[in-house]
Amino acid sequence: MSAVSLAASVRSGGRSARSIVEDHLAAIEAGEDEIHAFNLVMADSALERADRVDAVVAAGGDPGPLAGVPVVLKDNMCTRGVPTTCGSRILDGWRPPYDATVVQRLEVAGAVLVGKTNMDEFAMGSSTENSAFGPTHNPRDTSRVPGGSSGGSAAAVAAGFAPLALGSDTGGSIRQPAALCGVVGVKPTYGAVSRYGLVAFASSLDQIGPFANSVADAALLLEAVAGHDPMDSTSIPAVAPDLLGVLDRGVEGLRVGIIEEISGSGPTGLEGFSPDVQSRLAEAGEALAAAGAIVEKASVPSTVFGLSAYYVIAPAEASSNLARFDGVRFGLRVDAENTVDMNAATRTAGFGDEVKRRIMLGTYALSAGYYDAYYGKSQKVRTLIVEDFARAYESFDLLLSPTAPTTAFPIGEKVDDPMLMYLNDVCTIPSNLAGHPAMSVPFGVGDDGLPVGVQVLAPANGEPSMFRAAAVLEAAAGGAL
Amino acid sequence: MDGWEVVIGLEVHAELATATKLFSGARNEFGGEPNTHVDPVSLGLPGSLPVLNEKAVELAIRVGLALNCVVQASEFARKNYFYPDMPKDFQISQFDQPINGEGWLELPDGRSIGIERAHLEEDTGKSTHVGGGGRIHEAAYSLVDYNRAGVPLIEIVGKPDLRSAEDARAYVSELRAILVTIGASDGKMEEGSMRVDCNVSVRPVGDEELGTRCEVKNINSLRSLGRAIAYESRRQVDLITSGQKIDQQTRHWNEEDGRTHTLRSKEEAFDYRYFPEPDLVPVAPSAEWIDEIRAAMPLLPGERRRRLADESGIHPEAAALTVERGLDDLALAAMDLGAEPARVLVHVENNLADGQGGLTAEAFASLVVMETGGDLTATQAKTVLADLVDSGGDPVDVAAGHGFEAMESSELEGLVGGLITDHPEDWEAFVGGDEGERKKKSGFFVGQIMKATRGQADGRVVNEILERLADGT
Amino acid sequence: MKPDSDVSVPGRITRDDVAYVARLARLNLSDTELEAFTGQLADVLDHAADLEALDLDGVAPTSHPLPLSNVLRPDVPAVESADEVDHRLFCDEVLAAAPAVEENRFRVPPVLGEAP
Ligand SMILES: [Mg+2]
Ligand SMILES: [Zn+2]
Repeated sequence: MSAVSLAASVRSGGRSARSIVEDHLAAIEAGEDEIHAFNLVMADSALERADRVDAVVAAGGDPGPLAGVPVVLKDNMCTRGVPTTCGSRILDGWRPPYDATVVQRLEVAGAVLVGKTNMDEFAMGSSTENSAFGPTHNPRDTSRVPGGSSGGSAAAVAAGFAPLALGSDTGGSIRQPAALCGVVGVKPTYGAVSRYGLVAFASSLDQIGPFANSVADAALLLEAVAGHDPMDSTSIPAVAPDLLGVLDRGVEGLRVGIIEEISGSGPTGLEGFSPDVQSRLAEAGEALAAAGAIVEKASVPSTVFGLSAYYVIAPAEASSNLARFDGVRFGLRVDAENTVDMNAATRTAGFGDEVKRRIMLGTYALSAGYYDAYYGKSQKVRTLIVEDFARAYESFDLLLSPTAPTTAFPIGEKVDDPMLMYLNDVCTIPSNLAGHPAMSVPFGVGDDGLPVGVQVLAPANGEPSMFRAAAVLEAAAGGAL
Repeated sequence: MDGWEVVIGLEVHAELATATKLFSGARNEFGGEPNTHVDPVSLGLPGSLPVLNEKAVELAIRVGLALNCVVQASEFARKNYFYPDMPKDFQISQFDQPINGEGWLELPDGRSIGIERAHLEEDTGKSTHVGGGGRIHEAAYSLVDYNRAGVPLIEIVGKPDLRSAEDARAYVSELRAILVTIGASDGKMEEGSMRVDCNVSVRPVGDEELGTRCEVKNINSLRSLGRAIAYESRRQVDLITSGQKIDQQTRHWNEEDGRTHTLRSKEEAFDYRYFPEPDLVPVAPSAEWIDEIRAAMPLLPGERRRRLADESGIHPEAAALTVERGLDDLALAAMDLGAEPARVLVHVENNLADGQGGLTAEAFASLVVMETGGDLTATQAKTVLADLVDSGGDPVDVAAGHGFEAMESSELEGLVGGLITDHPEDWEAFVGGDEGERKKKSGFFVGQIMKATRGQADGRVVNEILERLADGT
Repeated sequence: MKPDSDVSVPGRITRDDVAYVARLARLNLSDTELEAFTGQLADVLDHAADLEALDLDGVAPTSHPLPLSNVLRPDVPAVESADEVDHRLFCDEVLAAAPAVEENRFRVPPVLGEAP
């Protein structure tokens, strides 16, 4: 059952929030051992919360647009009094003394928090294998990764543990796992959803966004959490756009460009795309054309440099953001003779290898003598990407690409080769660098029978038309699946 | 130190007088129970984000305007280093785009001292070192309070235009007066709301090139500023004259032993890895906003000195004390009401050290008029003034209350005549002496008359009588 | 001490470079780790070398994806007296979550030297 209809049934008194939550807790009970989507299941507080929602309905009140709908949160969003780990040992035992803005908004919307989901440590990874608490398994094939870093959220939705989940996307961490798990995943425009209370990975790239089983459900959740927040200086100072109301408008007359460079099809493009992924992309283009869109090839040349720029910028920001995990104020402390040694002992014991790698990479890129060669240069590449997109959007309303070069890969296959792992993000990174919205929609399966995602990209604040195209693709894929 | 010139540049940090912190709504208040003026932002908790305080920007712009700086579009940057009193292990500061660019400050003696920049940044928390007598190196452990973390600071970086400890003290005094006048800071060095770091180098007089400098930290008062500069410049000259080189260092002023000590050398300098703060957006104050702030600025100490000097005909430097005491408005009003400027300023300097109290400009003016008109002697005026400061009132009533009445000239003439008869040699000397001798003797006669009348006589009238009698002989 | 570096064309990252940044970042690395990380960081930085081909003269850097400026907050305390109880609770939770506390302050081992 969709989140839209669950909320409607609770609000109308047709179904109790408690029964909905109980059903989902039962599904978690049955499947979680195999999937390991969660770092924490909040069964008791979820049932209590459901009862409160039911009480509001019984009293004739309206508990909100997400009334009684179970929602799970990536474990990097602060929940007051509830452990928040970021998939890391370094936050051992930490219970934040405050709620993230999205958590407050979910509360206002009547949602029921059911658990905190597993993730690559500090959101650094593309497979959820970098969690200190063990990997999450892809519900479509448990020998494979769910993608990452929001793999726990994607898997929870795909496994039916919750109809809705929030994740965070710095270089593709919502869209890529959504594609690999066969669900819808959205990275909104930078600034559309408040980052207050999201433990930062790379501040200028991070965005919170929804996972859902349908485009409409994703729109419902995004509408509930989006909108200006005075606690976040980078929050867009405007009312969030209506999405649910425009979903059925179709794509008649919209101009859609398929980005050659990041679909493995252009002469100057990137390699490593599997042919079935490319076929699904072509079919998606045809589906949009069949629905009345004008679909053509598009070129956004500098997107091929996105990966290089990203793996300088994101680690640089991360090296600074993660300095505060020093054993002084919260989380893990490994004691030592003096504060310097205590800081180092704590960080050495608390961080996993991938996090250490990126902290060192970022520290190096910012250090005296190297700033211009790495960080400065990458920020300029970022400008080129922004400009290239702007040029493309003079001719197109939307752009299209694969979400990931391949379908879900086996657990353990890439974990020892960082660079190979990073290549998973080539299609998703450019939107983060530009601050643009993009979403992944399931579109058929690959030769291995695993889900393939198609990425719809839009210019800043272009969510309404992006969701319209996604709805058309969803309808077309429904026929194909 | 003959033959050597000291070159000094100061970096002054002043806490801005806002109600809340630079990047969050936690209170900006001195003291308080430890770790109560805190919130997720000032503790640097994971997930927290900074949002810039509008008032802090306004105060920073006021400082910029007061220091004749270019107020400009600015950005924040992160200065990365690990330290337990810094919650995020980076400080949000301004690096290559400060809100205030170059400017200058005018010392009371009229010299202008260059300002490099005046930028916004956040303060750190406070560590208390436990054990080892509270000294950092011998402490058993430390305790950190984040009440001060995130308090807005303006860092005013001066150019190396100062040439002596006295210069440095005059500069800091003037800067403090400016900050207090414009309401940017309370300027309390003893509470740490104003802190001075001092760059000192020495060079042979006449040399153009600057010597290697050392930065001296932990200066907590104007007195220690002077002492630290004296010590540090002496140290550097001694090193050079004994054939050694100055190592570019950061040094720590120790108040107890009156010396500076090595903190670290240039080679150990920190690699701060500055980069633009991604959680904050640029601040580009509009011309309208800057104009609005400019229009609301009070008169600065320099302008007030000049105004008072113009009105009273004295040198601006001589007006400094009156302005420093905040009594220039009172003095000007009294002058406007007809009081003699020189007399007004003498009273401010000698008799109003603790402020004007209940003294109004009207009362001040009529007191001075009474005095210069001969109705009160200087001694009587001083007594009346003290009463007016204590409890207000009208000087005519107060003088009457004391039984002060101007002594009649005829009465005085009689007294002076008696004195001349009693001291014929002194009178001879007065009448026949040169100017110096005459002055000396008039002092003698006036003093004797004052003694005899217990201060009731007017010295000037006594002098007039002496002159008249001498001319008549 | 930081190894020499050339601004325009940095050479391949060395073991010493990695040891230096590990110290800056307060991470302890064993010799084996140092070796492995050096190779991995070099791979990533080699990939970034493709940026060398780009002509970036006169291109302005982008540090913010959103063209926002002057986002300011009124100077009003967030905690009004009505929320004082909740604020106390917050402070208590903060201290309760700390690794070591004494007299409502965060306790740390001896600090080596003054802040910069
Ligand atoms: Mg400084
Ligand atoms: Zn400073």
